[in-house]
Amino acid sequence: MKWLSDSRLDHLRELATKPDFSATKYRLLNELASGGMGTVYLGEDTELNRRVAVKVLNTPDPTSDLHQRMVREAQIIAGLEHPGIVPVHDVGTVADGRVFYAMKYVRGSRLDEYAAHTESIGERLRKFQLVCDAVAFAHAHGVIHRDLKPQNIMIGSFGEVLVLDWGVAKILRKHETPVSLEADTLIKNPDDTQHGTVIGTRNYMSPEQARGEINELDERSDVYSLGSVLYFLLTNRSPSDARPRTLNPKVSKPAEAVCLKAMSLERTARYATAAELSSDVWRLLDAEPVSAYRETVLEKIGRWAGKNRFLILLVLAYLVMRIFLIFTSRS
Amino acid sequence: MNIDPDTDIGGAQHRFPETNQSAIVQARSTDQVVRQRAFETILASYWKPVYKYVRLKWQPGNEDAKDLTQGFFANAFEKNHFANYDASKASFQTFLRTCLDGFIANERKAGARLKRGGDFEHFQFDFVAAEDEFALHAASTDLTPEDYFHREWVRWMFTLAVETLRQRCETSGKTIHFQLFEHYDLAEEAVSYASLAKEFGLDQTTVNNYLAAARRDFRRIVIEKLREITATEEEFRNEARSLLGVEVK
Repeated sequence: MKWLSDSRLDHLRELATKPDFSATKYRLLNELASGGMGTVYLGEDTELNRRVAVKVLNTPDPTSDLHQRMVREAQIIAGLEHPGIVPVHDVGTVADGRVFYAMKYVRGSRLDEYAAHTESIGERLRKFQLVCDAVAFAHAHGVIHRDLKPQNIMIGSFGEVLVLDWGVAKILRKHETPVSLEADTLIKNPDDTQHGTVIGTRNYMSPEQARGEINELDERSDVYSLGSVLYFLLTNRSPSDARPRTLNPKVSKPAEAVCLKAMSLERTARYATAAELSSDVWRLLDAEPVSAYRETVLEKIGRWAGKNRFLILLVLAYLVMRIFLIFTSRS
Repeated sequence: MNIDPDTDIGGAQHRFPETNQSAIVQARSTDQVVRQRAFETILASYWKPVYKYVRLKWQPGNEDAKDLTQGFFANAFEKNHFANYDASKASFQTFLRTCLDGFIANERKAGARLKRGGDFEHFQFDFVAAEDEFALHAASTDLTPEDYFHREWVRWMFTLAVETLRQRCETSGKTIHFQLFEHYDLAEEAVSYASLAKEFGLDQTTVNNYLAAARRDFRRIVIEKLREITATEEEFRNEARSLLGVEVK
């Protein structure tokens, strides 16, 4: 048997791992990211002449459960047509049996990168509210994400927000609306993950998810993760036991309360859905009272004053003018 | 997906065949025949890296290294050591290396005369080639013996995969596929598809198709070999990461 030099060995390793797209309409350009399940390449759709992101399974082995999981991921995303969820264009199998799917190539930055150059909490909350809306849409269609974290959220070049990486998503129930999700097929095997298996990202996962209670997970588990993402946006740090206001005094009490309610250890104490959380974030942005925080009278006055400061200034200006006129007419 | 069946060495199949059961698992079998066959698979996959590792780390002469290599495998089979392997604790590669170090340390302490061959006297150990490779391609000084073992194991696995590809191409009457693979992917000198087309009297599209088919089969063989020597799905993923250099969780 012929000796394989180091350079030939490296070449063969590349041959064995780099997917062969020669029988498809896609041409791979360069690697964008590599994760647990697959590698994402920047590719080109040679028929439509457009850039796409192509996610390919790392291991060319269709007997692996990862193969089914990847197909499910593509089906789940395809079934969730929402501006906040990256659209899938195509799914297929390359010559060596590896499944792949092609999706929109999003130009922009990840939420953690975005936060690094965006100081304003208000701006961050506006993006976070869009994340909540995308997740709420998925919840409304019976799908939970299970791996929400800043690294899985992209902010596009035009400020659009996209939730990525639905690889460990779970279908909770069949939905009635005409969504193309093949729930009938998927519901038979709603979760490839065994009870007791921990999937997701430690810092951002709910306590029940961290305990591997896969069968217990529902929308509130995602709500916890969203709360963790909010914690990061308020403090620039991964979630910890420290209250957000102790890490960043600029955080308002209601914002902290919204974050902590979403991150309640007891899931019944959390928002029931991402939509409820989204509503409270809207209220925060509109300086309205939030469900997570009971204000004192002084705080109510302060919030009302903050929200109506132009009106107050006008009234004050009017009063000052009147007083001035009264004094000048007397003298 | 359009795959030309004529160019597919494995036939008109778009998916991998069902993988063989792991030799690591079968090494625990109570059926002596099954166990022997599994053991030979392990032996075939590891003997050369083991020999080179012994030469580098323990620095015996080449004759002693042969004895130690054969003695180690004979002893492991006789005492059914590989049945004790627990995939949750370490990779098989690490387990085997640990067993090997323990075996050699004990042998040296006892100063015992090694039993050669055992039940594997018919197994073709090409120690001459192994020794030549060890002597001609010295281990980099940057590598620890453990890293060297791993690197040589990767090299050996790919060598075996290439050899299996050659055999399959020959038996399926597609020798030209392998020759193209050999010229383009195994040779040190860079060649173009055009020069290969000229040399083999084919058009470039056919060269492209034949090469794609050979590579496809090569990938399939690599995965089959990995499956053979891993006991669990998790270990398979770990070894895939180790052998192929890709992250698989």
